[in-house]
Amino acid sequence: MTINKKLSRAEMAQRVAADIQEGAYVNLGIGAPTLVANYLGDKEVFLHSENGLLGMGPSPAPGEEDDDLINAGKQHVTLLTGGAYFHHADSFSMMRGGHLDIAVLGAFQVSVKGDLANWHTGAEGSIPAVGGAMDLATGARQVFVMMDHLTKTGESKLVPACTYPLTGIGCVSRIYTDLAVLDVTPDGLKVVEICADLSFEALQALSGVPLIE
Amino acid sequence: MIDKTHSSIASALAGITDGSTLLIGGFGNAGMPSALIDGLIALRPRELTIISNNAGNGDTGLAALLKAGCVRKIICSFPRQSDSYVFDALYRAGEIELEVVPQGNLAERIRAAGSGIGAFFSPTGYGTLLAEGKETREIDGRQYVLEMPLHADFALIKAHRGDRWGNLTYRKAARNFGPIMAMAAKTAIVQVDQIVELGELDPEHIITPGIFVQRVVAVPDATTAPIAHAS
Repeated sequence: MTINKKLSRAEMAQRVAADIQEGAYVNLGIGAPTLVANYLGDKEVFLHSENGLLGMGPSPAPGEEDDDLINAGKQHVTLLTGGAYFHHADSFSMMRGGHLDIAVLGAFQVSVKGDLANWHTGAEGSIPAVGGAMDLATGARQVFVMMDHLTKTGESKLVPACTYPLTGIGCVSRIYTDLAVLDVTPDGLKVVEICADLSFEALQALSGVPLIE
Repeated sequence: MIDKTHSSIASALAGITDGSTLLIGGFGNAGMPSALIDGLIALRPRELTIISNNAGNGDTGLAALLKAGCVRKIICSFPRQSDSYVFDALYRAGEIELEVVPQGNLAERIRAAGSGIGAFFSPTGYGTLLAEGKETREIDGRQYVLEMPLHADFALIKAHRGDRWGNLTYRKAARNFGPIMAMAAKTAIVQVDQIVELGELDPEHIITPGIFVQRVVAVPDATTAPIAHAS
């Protein structure tokens, strides 16, 4: 079926950014979540990068790149006035110690219980690499997932139980897809908002788990 | 007079032997002690165990050490990257052992080794493949995994400035694993951009106090002048 008006990556990022309050300490995962930074507007939000930055700023102007100033994706970045550098153990204490308000992460799958799979497909011959994914999933006070609702082959990424290897158990608070915003609740996934031109019934039909209206 | 500075990389690396366990600093290429690694490759040690965040990028630094056949096992959080082809080939050929550790557990295991902690319970990784076979415990309603410290014979790290007592400052995000790796090794060997006189480093701003550092060697402008490698 053709879905009208589903959100683009940029629009999803904009939707996530709208839920981030001024003053929040936030880690944006590698990939699409980094786009969220473009839509924070005038809000003072403290961006954390696990390689030892708080107050991470935008990309430097051409010619201003500094190889000692990179983000977790190893791209050149800048530091805002008031930002700070610290070592890795301190950086992960910020996560694990519950000091980080929000982590925005991509995902392969999220289960109805908020389990997250985003680090490894488990495919034969693939090389496992976890980075900070498990620490972020477990440590941040709230984990926002930003992902397409369906895989490229049309299967729901919302699942009764993850079939890919887990990153964390029951760690996801809210899911932003190109079709909807959903909260993980003790009763299941509750639809907060439908972002595409879809009825609840149509959204339900596309989703691999029962949704709460 | 105490002088931890060395005039050559070879003398700074003395004592590293086949089978040594080495912590190597850096996150990608930021903080990678490339000159020390080049010096190490020249020594051709075998059967090293390397603990580092990544498993090398491109053909230089850690990737060159792997390519030279010096490494038996690597303990890291993120081996697979767009330019980690040297590691990828060795791994697929079964020529290198890999232990993947969540990045925060990696950092804390290193910190624990340097801090005299016997082991610690971390919530990270509970219920995942990376906690399989490990002891777990519920504490105040939350599940934790027992993680062991990561000790090493040597640490190879890069800092910005150092003095003859081994006090160090770092530059920007190149600090990453340096301070905790220096603590966790029996011998911490540091490549610095500049050796300065005692007192030039503001005591309020020293990040690694010299007690954690055994050897310092100056490699000027290493950040701006990558060292060429013989393969």
